Amino acid sequence: MPPAPSQAAAAIELEGLKRDYGGRPALDGVSLTLGAGETLVVLGPNGAGKSTLLRVLSTLLRPHGGSVRVLGHELPREAWAVRARIGYVGHEPLLYRDLSGRENLVLHARLHRVATERVAELLEAVGMSRRADEPVYTYSRGMVQRTAVARALLHDPELLLLDEPRANLDPTAAELIAPLLEGRARVITSHDPSDADGADGVLGLREGRPHALEGLYA
Amino acid sequence: MRSTVDALLRKELRLELRNREAIPAMLLFSVTTFVVFHFGLQRDSVDGALAAGVLWVTMLFAAMLGANRLFVAETEGGALDGLLLAPIDRTAIYVAKALAFGGFLVAVQLVAVPAFYLLLLGPGGGDAVLGLIAVLALADIGIAVAATLVAGLATQTRSRELLVSLLGLPLLLPVIIGAARATAPLFAAGGAESIPAKWLLVLGLYDLVFGLLAFAVFDFLLED
Repeated sequence: MPPAPSQAAAAIELEGLKRDYGGRPALDGVSLTLGAGETLVVLGPNGAGKSTLLRVLSTLLRPHGGSVRVLGHELPREAWAVRARIGYVGHEPLLYRDLSGRENLVLHARLHRVATERVAELLEAVGMSRRADEPVYTYSRGMVQRTAVARALLHDPELLLLDEPRANLDPTAAELIAPLLEGRARVITSHDPSDADGADGVLGLREGRPHALEGLYA
Repeated sequence: MRSTVDALLRKELRLELRNREAIPAMLLFSVTTFVVFHFGLQRDSVDGALAAGVLWVTMLFAAMLGANRLFVAETEGGALDGLLLAPIDRTAIYVAKALAFGGFLVAVQLVAVPAFYLLLLGPGGGDAVLGLIAVLALADIGIAVAATLVAGLATQTRSRELLVSLLGLPLLLPVIIGAARATAPLFAAGGAESIPAKWLLVLGLYDLVFGLLAFAVFDFLLED
């Protein structure tokens, strides 16, 4: 069993991270450090490797080179220890379409060994209480996104990995969700440079490599 | 792991109750096939090895239909990623799927086997119900453990349905051979005879070997 990392460990430490798909590099030499409780915004055009970076950090993809430490644990060797402490919101909601929002959240609460009372609390917080017992396939995209955020927050993770979390959300819903995402380390991907306002760090990515923010979308 | 399996198994059953995808498809296929055999063989009844063969080939193909649907809900909306992100022993996903699939097979056979008796077995075919139940139980375990393993392997590929059939059919052949050989004496023309212990042992060994194999490798099958 790996030693428990200290509370002061950096949320993320990457050194020369590489990842490819069938020989085509998706991430090539990405290095960064994110402190506990800090927010990093990752900017870049389509296909820059933003989602791949989050999937590696979330343990869904294995790194093909370099070193990756998340919450003090080395990936992929200690992936199991990381999963209980991260929340991930991806392009897909990671929900069963034929189950209701509540059934999905209760399932994940059980898998994370979280009291099921937390489900009602989070459904209320994301404004989904009224539709919670209807199947996910009947939801609008914004409702699906809100339920996906609730799923990611169920176990009160220390690190949030958010792949364009405001996608599909109207301004009211985005305002509702924003405070729930604060108070923990965050990596947020975005196309919008204004999202970097107030962040502790910004990483520009282009074709899988770190890139200066100037000319990032040129 | 028990509470995780319990949560996942409840989810499997809830999804099947809601969608009614696997069981009705398997059932419809089985009964239709028996009807086709009933008319196609141009005989009022069959017995012995032919009856056993008809029963088990039909069960095999019905099972492949169900196996193809096993991970469909996980591939929609990234639900499998949701499970993979949970801090659970991934073998629990396999165990819950195999238990659910075994349950689906039993549910199908509760209707399909009486239909087989009605359409294809002559009078006296019901002499060996207990023996048949024992063979069905052993074969169902084998089909569930092997087909779930193959379905899990195919989930991460694009040609999922092709792969399930390509890998599943040869892997399940020993079950079908064992089950058919064990069942044939039960359907003997002169009345039910005893089941050769050798074939029950073959089925039991298959269940054990594939159960252990799946337990050992399933976690790795879901790795990126």
